[in-house]
Amino acid sequence: MVTLSIDNLSVALGRRSVVRDVSASLEAGSLVGIVGPNGAGKSTLLRAMLGLVAPSAGHVRIDDADLASLPRAAIARQLAYLPQGQTLHWPLAVERLVALGRLPHLAPMSGMSATDIAAIDRAMERSDVTPLRGRIATELSGGERARVLLARALAVEAPALLADEPLASLDPGHQIDVMNLLLDEAQSGKLVVAVLHDLTMAARYCDRLLLIHAGRLVADGPPLAVLTSDRLRDVYGIRARIETESGRALILPMEREAAR
Amino acid sequence: MAALIGLVIFAGIASLLLGPVSIPPARALAVLGGHGDEVARAILLELRLPRSILALLVGAMLGLSGAALQGYLRNPLAEPSVLGASNAAALGAVGALYFGLAQLHPALLPLLAIAAGLLALLPLFLLAGRAESPLTLILAGIAISTLAGAAISLALNLSPNPYAAMEIMTWLLGSFENRSFQHVWIALPCIVIGSALLLFDGRALDALTLGEDGARALGVDLGRARLRILLGIAIGVGGAVAVSGSIGFIGLIVPHIVRPFTDRSPSAILLPSALAGAALLTIADIGVRLIPSTNELKLGVVTAFLGVPVFLVYLVRERRLW
Repeated sequence: MVTLSIDNLSVALGRRSVVRDVSASLEAGSLVGIVGPNGAGKSTLLRAMLGLVAPSAGHVRIDDADLASLPRAAIARQLAYLPQGQTLHWPLAVERLVALGRLPHLAPMSGMSATDIAAIDRAMERSDVTPLRGRIATELSGGERARVLLARALAVEAPALLADEPLASLDPGHQIDVMNLLLDEAQSGKLVVAVLHDLTMAARYCDRLLLIHAGRLVADGPPLAVLTSDRLRDVYGIRARIETESGRALILPMEREAAR
Repeated sequence: MAALIGLVIFAGIASLLLGPVSIPPARALAVLGGHGDEVARAILLELRLPRSILALLVGAMLGLSGAALQGYLRNPLAEPSVLGASNAAALGAVGALYFGLAQLHPALLPLLAIAAGLLALLPLFLLAGRAESPLTLILAGIAISTLAGAAISLALNLSPNPYAAMEIMTWLLGSFENRSFQHVWIALPCIVIGSALLLFDGRALDALTLGEDGARALGVDLGRARLRILLGIAIGVGGAVAVSGSIGFIGLIVPHIVRPFTDRSPSAILLPSALAGAALLTIADIGVRLIPSTNELKLGVVTAFLGVPVFLVYLVRERRLW
């Protein structure tokens, strides 16, 4: 169980200010979606939440500990990260790749224990990649590779999972699988944060959405309260049909519409 | 792995027994037992033994540093010379030859080479700064390498007489000719320290398969890993180049040759690369001694002739993976 608190966080990359004064407290047991247009600063916010970029102002805290004061290995055991894109620099076998997720738990100079191997098997099972275990990861299709990398992040078995666009290059069936998996993780008491582009998926599965625009947090709350037609127009520059089905929003982008 | 260890032992023994003067194993055993004849003793213990030890050590260091750098820079083209350490060390040695310091004391040349290799790290850190992209490091390394290469050419250009130029050229091509235990004592500590630093970061190299953010999110302190790897390369490769001259290809091809026999993760190829490098360089050195020619062939030439065909076969088999 872990709580991630973001206090007045600002991040600058070079001279460009990318995240501006964002505050939020993210509790264990919830699936939080970060949404916003391209270039809004979603990924940078996520990276700052992991301590991968230093804030220019403000703090990120895991429970009560300031991220900046924690050693990298301690953060790695608390926060699992699924980066955007599918960077893989060596043609590793799937099983070996998923096993990288156990690195934060390994003592120096020791091999993997039965716990580690069980965690790897569980992670592969959950993201439906067990049949691929012997394949070379660089030879897989984009969607298969995305699931393998998700399994890698799950194998950490950290109390929080931060995923950057986990649905990219997945077919609709696997998108639903992955969202169900993230929801499962949240319902089992973990904190799950995901950067998402598909607003309908975000609205259907997330307990809470953070809408980011030009580095600022412009709305924070339950999906139906965040995704209003005025905000979609002002933030995304679109006119969208918003329908509700069994209490969940369906967002259908229709056409461009200039912000007023 | 067992096969590689066997190959290294075999190469080491063969390197003691084979040479222009034939010494049958029985005579060699007598020497090792402490009661051989004077001639066999001199050849074995004073000529061949230091030479074999150096070939094993230098080969292991070059193979290991190639494997570590390919992992760290995530670039299959990386080899010990990309960071400029080899060329800088060579420049130190050439300086010793050019200014005649090498004649003052035999240890001066290798020591200057090691110092120059370490000195080359300074601009590397300044140029690469806090940036963690491997490309910045590679570009900075190329700049240093080119500068050192130009300075070597300048020394050749300005050398006072053809004999001095020949001496520099001969040294640059790499050889274990006429090396003594003095060279072993200079190279050994450097190579041990360098190897220990490089072997330390196997897991960090594995984590880098996922990119820099991925590795750091797995708990890797990239700044420290980089410091260890750069120091390991500078000290180890500096020590190796100091006693053997520039020997190319080993660091580039050995990791590629051993990779298909492992699970291809950067940590898994570190030790096998060291062993294979030791075996390959020792076998090449035996070749240098046995191939009849008026001058001894240069080691860099033989390693290339031995290693490149193996490398090409590997490329043909593995190209679909890249």
